Amino acid sequence: MSLVDSINRTTRRIPPWTLYIVGVIPAAWYFYLGVVGRLGVDPVKELEHSYGELALQLLIAGLCVTPLRRFTGIALIRFRRQIGLLAFFYVFCHLLVWLFLDVQILGQIWADILKRPYITIGMAGFVCLIPLAVTSNNFSVRKLGRRWRTLHKLTYLAVLLGAIHFVLLAKGFQLEPLLYLGAILVLLGLRIRLPRRAQPA
Amino acid sequence: MAYRWTNDLSREDATPERAFLNRRQIMAAAAAAAGLGAIGGPRGARAATGELDPNEWDEITTYNNYYEFGTGKSDPAQYADALTTSPWSVTIDGLVDRPGEYSFDDIMSKMTTEERIYRFRCVEAWSMVIPWNGFELADLLDMVGVKSSAKYVAFETALRPDEMRGVSFPVLDWPYVEGLRLDEAMHPLTIIATGIYGRDIPNQNGAPLRLVVPWKYGFKSIKSIVRISLVEDQPPTSWNKANAREYGFYSNVNPEVDHPRWSQATERPIGGGIFAGRKETLMFNGYGDDVAALYEGMDLNKYY
Repeated sequence: MSLVDSINRTTRRIPPWTLYIVGVIPAAWYFYLGVVGRLGVDPVKELEHSYGELALQLLIAGLCVTPLRRFTGIALIRFRRQIGLLAFFYVFCHLLVWLFLDVQILGQIWADILKRPYITIGMAGFVCLIPLAVTSNNFSVRKLGRRWRTLHKLTYLAVLLGAIHFVLLAKGFQLEPLLYLGAILVLLGLRIRLPRRAQPA
Repeated sequence: MAYRWTNDLSREDATPERAFLNRRQIMAAAAAAAGLGAIGGPRGARAATGELDPNEWDEITTYNNYYEFGTGKSDPAQYADALTTSPWSVTIDGLVDRPGEYSFDDIMSKMTTEERIYRFRCVEAWSMVIPWNGFELADLLDMVGVKSSAKYVAFETALRPDEMRGVSFPVLDWPYVEGLRLDEAMHPLTIIATGIYGRDIPNQNGAPLRLVVPWKYGFKSIKSIVRISLVEDQPPTSWNKANAREYGFYSNVNPEVDHPRWSQATERPIGGGIFAGRKETLMFNGYGDDVAALYEGMDLNKYY
C-alpha cells in the first residue's frame, strides 16, 4: 500500500467536525494567555497578529487542498469546509481584537477603514469571506448549484487581499509577509488553466 | 552641564528591588479579593489612574525594535548578546575642534551621568516610560568643541554582520543612521543613555551608548553609536531613506500628523495588559513646554 493510500485511509476515518474543536483551541489558548499576562508586554498586538497569521495560514491551507490532490493524490477535500470556516473564524477574531481591544475608538476605527489602505484592503478581504461563510453548508450548496462554485471563487480574492494587507503593514523591507504573498501567488497560479489546443472532434 | 533638566515623572513605586507592597500590588490584591483576579496584570492600575511611572525592567528589555538583530520585538533580547560592546569607541568627526576616536571609558570619565525618566513613544503607536541613566549630548559635543559652521549632527550605529544576524537581509540600508539639527542635539532633554534603572544598558536597548530624544519617535534615538559627525547639511536618516513619505527628518511626536498607514492620535501604553486600551498621544510627547520653541514658525505638517 502506498503512502498516499495510507494517508487517505487514515484521514477518511477522521470525522471532519473534529477540526472545529481542534481549530478553535489556539484561539481560546492565546486569549487565555493574554488575559493572564503571558503574551508578552504588548498582548493586544500579539493577539491581533496571532489571529491574523493563523487566518492567513488557514486560508493557504484551504488553497492547498486541490493542488495536493492533483499532484500527490492526497484527498483532503472532506475537510475543506472546516478549514475555510476556521479561517473565517480567525479573521473575525482578528477583527474583533482590533475593534475592541486595540483601537476601541469608533471615530478612529471608521477613519482607519476609510483612510488606511492596508486596513481598507483587510476589511475588503473580510467582507469577501462573509458570503462564503454564510453559504458553507449543504443546503446552500444544493440551493445554489453551479453558482456555489462560482461564488466560492471569491476565496481567491479574499486570500490575496489578506496577503496584501500583511505586506502593506510591514515596516521596512521584510521577508515574512512576502513569503506569504509568494506562496499564495503560486497556489493561485496553479489554478490558471492554460488554453488548450482544440480537441479533434 | 548636567542637571539642566529636572524630572517631573516619579520613580517612587517603580524600583524593582523594592521589598514592600507597592501600589500596584495593593491594587492587584484588591482586584483579586474582589474576585476579578489580577486580570491584565497589576499594571492595570496605571492606566486607570493615568499616572505615569516607569515600565518594569523586563518590559523595557524584552520588547525592542533593533532591526540589526531581527524585526521581531523579542529578537533583540534573544540575539543582541552577540554584540561585543567592550572595548567600544566612538569616532567624533566633521566640524569639531578635536576630532578623533574616543573610547567609551574615556567618554564616561569626562561625563556626569544622571537619571532621566522619560516617556518613550514609538512611531508604531506604543509607548513606555523609561528611567534612563546618561549624560547630556551637549556635554559630549562641548567636549569635542563644535565649530560655528556646524548645523546638524549625524549619528551612525555599529554594523557588524558577524554579530548582527538581522543585517544579512536589507530591511533597511545598513548601517543605521540618524540625525538632529544642532539646536535639537544641544537641547538639555537630549541625552546619550548608558544605563537603565541604574544598571548598564542592555545590548538590546542600544549598548553601550545610545541617543535618547524623548519628544521624537523612538527610531530617532539611534542605538549603539559608533560615529558622531558634525555637519553643515541635513544628514540622511535611515527610515527617511526607506520611506520618505512615512518618516520625516524631524519625526517629532505629533498626534495631529498621522503616519500614512496609521493614526498617531493615540497610543498603547506597554504594560497595561490586554484590556488597558489606549491613551491620547501628547504633542511633542508631553515635552512641548521645553521644545516647542525649537519649531516656532515651522509647518509641522510639512516638516513631519
